[in-house]
Amino acid sequence: MKFAVIVFPGSNCDVDMYHAVVDALGEEAEYVSSTATSLVGFDGVLLPGGFSYGDYLRCGAIARFAPVMSEVQRFADEGKPVLGVCNGFQILTEAGLLPGGLLQNEGQTFLCETVTLRVENNHSLFLTNYEVGEKIEIPIAHGEGNYVCSEETLQELHDNRQIAFKYENNPNGSMANIAGITNKQGNVLGMMPHPERAVEALLGSTDGKRLFESMIKNWRNEYAYHA
Amino acid sequence: MFNVQIHVRLRPSILDPQGKAVLQAIQSSGEEMVQEVRMGKLIEVQMKGNSVQEVEEKAKQLADQLLANPVMEDYEIFVKEMAL
Repeated sequence: MKFAVIVFPGSNCDVDMYHAVVDALGEEAEYVSSTATSLVGFDGVLLPGGFSYGDYLRCGAIARFAPVMSEVQRFADEGKPVLGVCNGFQILTEAGLLPGGLLQNEGQTFLCETVTLRVENNHSLFLTNYEVGEKIEIPIAHGEGNYVCSEETLQELHDNRQIAFKYENNPNGSMANIAGITNKQGNVLGMMPHPERAVEALLGSTDGKRLFESMIKNWRNEYAYHA
Repeated sequence: MFNVQIHVRLRPSILDPQGKAVLQAIQSSGEEMVQEVRMGKLIEVQMKGNSVQEVEEKAKQLADQLLANPVMEDYEIFVKEMAL
């Protein structure tokens, strides 16, 4: 499976993302500039963490206008996997690929620690290698990870089983303890915790690895089915 | 009670990287009418006092000491008496 790791001015977790899929999972990846206008030849898109465009105006607000984003939109519309982590999650909400938005952490401090997540759903292509209700350890590192949405949207997220992960001990004030959500179709996942930093025992946890493994396995199944 | 709005922005002579980034985002979307963007802060405070002048004076003091850095920022103060 060949991944595009999108690099915005200010991305700083792009190397982690690349390392996870290439070195830990043995797949292919390429860095793709935010000014690129084509994602032809890629099977999955990874939007890494960081501070795209300095997080000026709002986190992710300027990145959504980068030339590559209309291509990411098209890619997502075709049902292909798009994973946004941290700033990548913020960009996906600003771009309208995922509902809601991210505010400054309730405690007003930047948080950098490993947290426990509960897997809420495992039917999306990112999550089939987890059990529903399973507790996993994934690191967070963010100042603006406080997820908000309208009451109606929250209800929809529940009804459509779009909530992927919830925090066991909410670190940032997120509504309904939400740590990650998918779109309705289940092919776009955004999350504040960093699964790419939990793919090797050396990093303290391998719980993030199964997310990538799910994505790869499901893509292979889909590909084999169509071929 | 008075509602006081303090608008703080970088002085015109100082480069505003936030404004530049936002301008570029607007222009890269094809918009040609926007020529300049300056970003700033709006700080809203509620104050008690006997007159607009008194509140304005105090707000100016706050702005000079804490809310703005007069070395690089300008500010404007707007005071409105609140209906009880």
